[in-house]
Amino acid sequence: MRPETEAELAEAIRDAAGPLEIRGGGTRGVGAAGARLETGGLAGISLYEPGALTLVAGAGTPLAEVEAALAAENQRLAFEPMDHRGLMGTAGAPTLGGIFAANISGPRRIQAGAARDFLLGVRFVDGAGQILRNGGRVMKNVTGYDLVKLMAGAHGTLGVLSEVALKVLPRPETEASLEIAVPDAAAAVALLSAALGTPYEVSGAAYDPGRGLALLRVEGFEASVGYRLERLAAELAGDLAGEAQRLSAAASARLWQGIRDVAAFHGLPGDVWRISCKPSEAPALAARIGAERLLFDWGGGLIWALTPEGDDLRARAGAYDGHATLVRASAETRAQLGRVEPQPAPLAMLARGLRAKFDPRGILNPGVMG
Amino acid sequence: MQMPQPDSAVIARKDRLIARLSQVLPADAVIHDPAETRAYECDALTAYKCPPLMAVLPGSTAEVAAVLKICHEEGVPVVPRGSGTSLAGGALPTADCVILGVARMNRVLETDYANRVIRVETGRTNLSVTGAVEAEAFFYAPDPSSQLACAIAGNVAMNSGGAHCLKYGVTTNNLLGVTLVLMDGTVVEIGGAHLDAGGLDLLGVICGSEGQLGVVTEATLRILRKPEGALPVLMGFDSSEVAGACVSDIIKAGVLPVAIEFMDRPCIRATEAFAHAGYPDCEALLIIEVEGSEAEIAHQLDLIKAIAARHDPVEIREAADEDEAARIWLGRKSAFGAMGQINDYMCLDGTIPVSSLPMVLRRIGELSESFGLEVANVFHAGDGNMHPLILFDANTPGQLELCEALGAEILKLCVEAGGCLTGEHGVGVEKRDLMGHQYGPGDLEAQLWVKDVFDPAWLLNPAKVFPLEVTASRRQPRLAAE
Ligand SMILES: Cc1cc2nc3c(=O)[nH]c(=O)nc-3n(C[C@H](O)[C@H](O)[C@H](O)COP(=O)(O)OP(=O)(O)OC[C@H]3O[C@@H](n4cnc5c(N)ncnc54)[C@H](O)[C@@H]3O)c2cc1C
Repeated sequence: MRPETEAELAEAIRDAAGPLEIRGGGTRGVGAAGARLETGGLAGISLYEPGALTLVAGAGTPLAEVEAALAAENQRLAFEPMDHRGLMGTAGAPTLGGIFAANISGPRRIQAGAARDFLLGVRFVDGAGQILRNGGRVMKNVTGYDLVKLMAGAHGTLGVLSEVALKVLPRPETEASLEIAVPDAAAAVALLSAALGTPYEVSGAAYDPGRGLALLRVEGFEASVGYRLERLAAELAGDLAGEAQRLSAAASARLWQGIRDVAAFHGLPGDVWRISCKPSEAPALAARIGAERLLFDWGGGLIWALTPEGDDLRARAGAYDGHATLVRASAETRAQLGRVEPQPAPLAMLARGLRAKFDPRGILNPGVMG
Repeated sequence: MQMPQPDSAVIARKDRLIARLSQVLPADAVIHDPAETRAYECDALTAYKCPPLMAVLPGSTAEVAAVLKICHEEGVPVVPRGSGTSLAGGALPTADCVILGVARMNRVLETDYANRVIRVETGRTNLSVTGAVEAEAFFYAPDPSSQLACAIAGNVAMNSGGAHCLKYGVTTNNLLGVTLVLMDGTVVEIGGAHLDAGGLDLLGVICGSEGQLGVVTEATLRILRKPEGALPVLMGFDSSEVAGACVSDIIKAGVLPVAIEFMDRPCIRATEAFAHAGYPDCEALLIIEVEGSEAEIAHQLDLIKAIAARHDPVEIREAADEDEAARIWLGRKSAFGAMGQINDYMCLDGTIPVSSLPMVLRRIGELSESFGLEVANVFHAGDGNMHPLILFDANTPGQLELCEALGAEILKLCVEAGGCLTGEHGVGVEKRDLMGHQYGPGDLEAQLWVKDVFDPAWLLNPAKVFPLEVTASRRQPRLAAE
């Protein structure tokens, strides 16, 4: 099914006889079992006001179209959504709706916020086929409950997004990065934390253990970027295990695109996990899980781990402040381990209660949220 | 404004309730003497008052849980309260309710600079969160003007904002985790020191739920390193259209100031008479603040001044030092106080798309004239969050009602312009009955589902946020069960 209008989407859901697999661009390989319902027909930017930093578009609008429109006005999506295609081995084009339904944020999450922080309003169709809306297109809105946040990251299990309104930001004049050799994860995370604790507005803080490099990015006006990189190098000097190498704008952009898309794992077999944790716990946690490959982003607060197929990383992780999502695995492994981390009983009960209200028949992407 | 009929059966059980609550709380934490409960009869929306049946001041999450469990069993409505600075009547009691105040829970539980978070009990005031980390040059970003008094509890419940949220976001963008006690006494932990709590974004819907989903007793907040410096520039314009266009041009140019504040002529005149900040007497005034090192500040201010110059400002005033910076902010910061000197006022909080600013200001002027009440505008222009202040005289019979009617018209105008009823103060009782202008019946019903799940008995702050007739059937079973 590929509805062309919101009304058709509502009808498709109302008339559905069983589970639906909601699909934007199909690049994230979430794939619930069910009749396929594609959002690609609900495409197009309906409003873009650069001076108000707001854009409204159909949920099926390809990300590329939005990025092109923004680039023409020297603006961008500040939350830097990752492109899953390389990691998942998928084709297709990522859509705006998919990005928000999965709350996909890249390296700049630590400074600018997550996808959910940029979502101002939604229109969606609930599991009974009702067209609903929440939020709006203004940057501050506390009128009633914030169902916008609830829809972001719900993976379509509470409703199928038909339209999203979002906040965009100016594209900075330039960017640059520092590469700093570090001996291990503990040293790297300590260095990234120190950098994030400066006033220099670090917008990327990662550690690539494969290359033994801590990575820092700053963005802004040319002179300011130069000044802040210098200050960072000087102030972190005491913490530096090696020389700081400066990357110019183009090299910096390539570097962070690779981190955003976890390029280091592309083409390698195995399962891929994404762990959100307290940065200072990351080194010990990473040691416990003993993955084949690791990548640390968000100053250590995000760990990407490549593990042998079917391996239960959660069992080895033990207790920590955070949670692990199984991003890439065979259908059997996903069924066995669960895509998302099981939640404590009272939270799971609240989530079940909400799903029963928004999708009483349990037909929207069943199983995707555990 | 209407409130539900108090439940006489609940009021009749007052003695039993006192006895039961006294078993789980220290004696001085159970307040039931009418002379003392009066202290809780209203919040900062003082036009409405009603002493609660009683008030309790628990000292820990466990005590909050014990109180809620008892109230749940007894079928008693509970109104959570932080510092009582809500401008929307969010903490307004009903005669049959227990006010649950978290003011005694004000400890800092953990400061963690490496992970850039602080964990506090929610009775702690907003400003004292920054106070706790200031020595290390960190701060908590959301800065409501009431920050000296208001508590994190209310900030989370209202998703409060402040002048600096253009750059740093509002409460929801700076909240990483909470301890929440549900009405039946269940304690739940959501999120923590990591980013993006797992599962559905419950944190996102709890923030801004106005005390209707649970009592927030602890919060993990993001703290940030202070910028090297900050400096405001003040500029005056001949018309608000031009000032609005200037704001839009600045944003389009890729400069993102930390704050862009706007004042119109009535507001400028009132604050001048009160604070003598030396503002130009003009149609519209902007205060724009930027941050960074000295050179970065200078560079951004140069860009801003160049853009402003294209809009023929009547004045551009820069601050050479902190003293002059403080003078630029002085008038803006005393705006509300100044209004209070002249008259009673009602502060609205509608938000509009920045592009419709000139149209909305013009229409507000027309409405003001036709209602015969003066309206002064002071607001966060960068994000379209307006604060029209309607001046009236509470002692003149009929003026409050007239003021409310004008307020309703202005808020409807904000919605028509593509905006919303409230940008940061919340709905409370004040805007409750206008919710139908913003949302259709289905959209409201979907919000009620959330409360059904968190608080199936509809006992937590039940008379707020939604029009009473919309929630009647949900609030009714409790009464019927008596
Ligand atoms: C002069 C003045 C200026 C202001 N400026 C701003 C501003 O710039 N920006 C802004 O956003 N607001 C502003 N406000 C409004 C107000 O200060 C905020 O809404 C504030 O967050 C309320 O906090 P409080 O602790 O006083 O909450 P209260 O007034 O006590 O309660 C507010 C709401 O929160 C609920 N609540 C309280 N505690 C809890 C809890 N523990 N768990 C769950 N729910 C709870 C209450 O039931 C109520 O619905 C201003 C108010 C005044 C008087």
